[in-house]
Amino acid sequence: MKKFAILLFLGAFIAACGGGNSENKDNPAPSSDKPVATEVPKDASGNPPYDPERGEGKFKNVQVSENLDAAMAANGEKVYGVKCSSCHKLTSEKLVGPGWLGVTERHTADWIMNFTTNTDAMLDKDPKAQAQLEICLVRMPNQNLSDDDARSLYEFMRKNDGVK
Amino acid sequence: MKKYKLLQVAVFAFSMLIGFNACKPKNAGTAVNADAATKTYVAPGKYDAYYNFVSGGFSGQLSAYGLPSGRLLRVIPVFSVDPEKGYGYSEETKPMLNTSHGFVPWDDLHHVQLSKTDGMYDGRWVFANANNTPRVARIDLKTFRTAEILELPNSGGNHSSPFITENTEYLVAGTRFSIPPDDKNGDVPISSYKQNFKGTISFISVQKDNGAMDISFQLQCPGFNFDLSRAGKGVSNGWFFFSTYNTEQAYTLLEVNASQKDKDYIMAINWKKAEEYFKAGKARKQSVKYAHNVYDEKTHSATSQIKTEVSVLDVKDFPDIAYFFPCPKSPHGCDVSPTGEYIVGSGKLAALIPVFSFEKMLKAIEAKDYIGNFEGMPILKYESVLYGEVKKPGLGPLHTEFDDKGNAYTSMFVSSEVVKWNIKDLKVVDRAPTYYSVGHLTVAGGDTKKPYGKYLVAYNKITKDRFLPTGPELSQSAQLYDISGDKMQLILDYPTIGEPHYAQIIAADLVSPNSTKFFKLEENKNPYRSNGEKETKVVRNGNRVDVYMTAIRSHLTPDNIEGIRVGDEVYFHVTNLEQDWDVPHGFAIKGALTGELLIMPGETQTLKWIPEKVGISPFYCTDFCSALHQEMSGYVRVSPAGSNVPLKFSTGKIEETATDSLKTK
Repeated sequence: MKKFAILLFLGAFIAACGGGNSENKDNPAPSSDKPVATEVPKDASGNPPYDPERGEGKFKNVQVSENLDAAMAANGEKVYGVKCSSCHKLTSEKLVGPGWLGVTERHTADWIMNFTTNTDAMLDKDPKAQAQLEICLVRMPNQNLSDDDARSLYEFMRKNDGVK
Repeated sequence: MKKYKLLQVAVFAFSMLIGFNACKPKNAGTAVNADAATKTYVAPGKYDAYYNFVSGGFSGQLSAYGLPSGRLLRVIPVFSVDPEKGYGYSEETKPMLNTSHGFVPWDDLHHVQLSKTDGMYDGRWVFANANNTPRVARIDLKTFRTAEILELPNSGGNHSSPFITENTEYLVAGTRFSIPPDDKNGDVPISSYKQNFKGTISFISVQKDNGAMDISFQLQCPGFNFDLSRAGKGVSNGWFFFSTYNTEQAYTLLEVNASQKDKDYIMAINWKKAEEYFKAGKARKQSVKYAHNVYDEKTHSATSQIKTEVSVLDVKDFPDIAYFFPCPKSPHGCDVSPTGEYIVGSGKLAALIPVFSFEKMLKAIEAKDYIGNFEGMPILKYESVLYGEVKKPGLGPLHTEFDDKGNAYTSMFVSSEVVKWNIKDLKVVDRAPTYYSVGHLTVAGGDTKKPYGKYLVAYNKITKDRFLPTGPELSQSAQLYDISGDKMQLILDYPTIGEPHYAQIIAADLVSPNSTKFFKLEENKNPYRSNGEKETKVVRNGNRVDVYMTAIRSHLTPDNIEGIRVGDEVYFHVTNLEQDWDVPHGFAIKGALTGELLIMPGETQTLKWIPEKVGISPFYCTDFCSALHQEMSGYVRVSPAGSNVPLKFSTGKIEETATDSLKTK
């Protein structure tokens, strides 16, 4: 019984402290109420179910022509040399990350371009990206590709997969 | 029985709480109100509302704190080498610490000035002084790095520095020690002080677009000690005010001999006039030597240039540049109110604080209300310039800052307190103790035209019993006060690096949105960069070997290097290929006498290594970067001088297993 009284007393005390915390909301100190996590892009149609073929990011229905755009692929190869080749081989052999051979057959253009530009969000959510992380154990770095770079890289991947 | 005891404890604790609330605590440990914690609490993951840039004193560095939490955000290396960042160790940063005397690894940073536009902080740069080997530095608030360091000729002890005009047109740097000019043979008896020693004030121009500094001109002044300064603002824009001491011109036992006079002087400089004379070509050219060091964020490298000429105006030759007015007892602080009308002199040994009026000063100049002259420069009458005196403020007034409600706050070193007084009626309205012996203080926005008020930080010279003891050496301390109410309220104590002299507080949203997150690889212009692993290589040229290396989670390329010889000069140029925020890599190799590297994403930094022992030298990444960080490593094979082991390098190449066995040396 006495124990209960003590608990009651402590409870009241903690509640009082709680009051102090809400007071803190008036404190202008925290200049940002936003969580630090990467912002989640919203879809126009409201709240669609997650599409694992598209992934998550700004790219949707990326237009890909049947034939290779050689100039674009050449530009993509340059980007590959600077930002990707340290970890990805052009064969099917895994280095730090998976080899690129066949990547355009395994994933859609949307998925690849979303993953290369919105890497952290996809690693936190996308089942296929997470499956690769379990194998490679190194989170793919966000290499801050521009939209054009991402598209060029995709074209280079297509070239690597034999598209003429 | 046990339960009963627990209840007793609870009741006792409760009564203690009531007891504490009932009596006003007075001693050092308890002079804090119960709500102090809520005022300084910034929840995990939330940001502080202010950045506080604090001098690191004899550490030579600048620290950035968050307020009101007191979190140490960053130590920014400025005038001293810093092993944490590789500053002064990498080949790219070494030139930053070059001077006309050579490489100076450690200096003494005193005063902090945020850049201003129209008398308000604009969040672009912080300037700071090196007190010992006279220099001024500019720190870029995009990168929180030292971008530029300018040495000052004709100076000894760069103390009244750097203080800036309301649009950052100029920084001034006044010499603490007067010395013979640099172009003269200074091999003279010290007792020739009065004849040969001169004080110099440098006017450093700052380019509006990029902050580039240059000595525009120098004023040669009498051989006093120039202590502190402030630019005029608002009505007094166009003027500078300098406190001086040792107007006795003593050169030994200054403690006694420089404290003889009842009053020293505040020197008022009409800098617009001085600028006019300079632009009209009235300055003489003087032959000097000083270093100008610039860090380029594109090449990720510093360059140091020795300059050889400076323009000098001798103030005694220009009768309308400099005026003196008396100020009691070795004035230290010399602070200007937000409107620019009042100049507060703080005589270290005075029992009052004189407040001077800019308007009255102009009238006294107009009326030639002089009591004499010093080397021909007029000395104005004290009473003619005085607005009034703050009576009995405390002991040892040093520095004054201002709030948004017409109050001034003066630090009192000897009586260990901050004294709040009203600028208009000069009445003391509040006092708060400091622990202990406060030097500088700062109010948020306190030297701008519109101070933010809200917080004041006292920077104490003595810490003693405030924190858990750490042997004979203790951190210095800062104390945060809430000044939003009528009474100042102490809400936080926290340790500082080095000795905190001056500091300034700026709203976080003027700085944080501009913060650089990484350097773009495409913009990397370091001549030794590797733009991707395909550009990595090892090049021998005589006994110089350049290793072009890349770092990315989680390997270094190349990670096997053979054909290095004892006595080679090996330069590891490591490019961090990451392009994301907060992914630095480190680099260290066994036995390097030069240090280590820390490389930001997109950056190239260089470590020089001269191998001295035959054998295998491992190297690795020193900054934990990924789950496979421990794997991020490699080996250099070092062969004897003159060996013909061929130069080769690779990563990920599995060779046929060699079967050479170890031989005893």
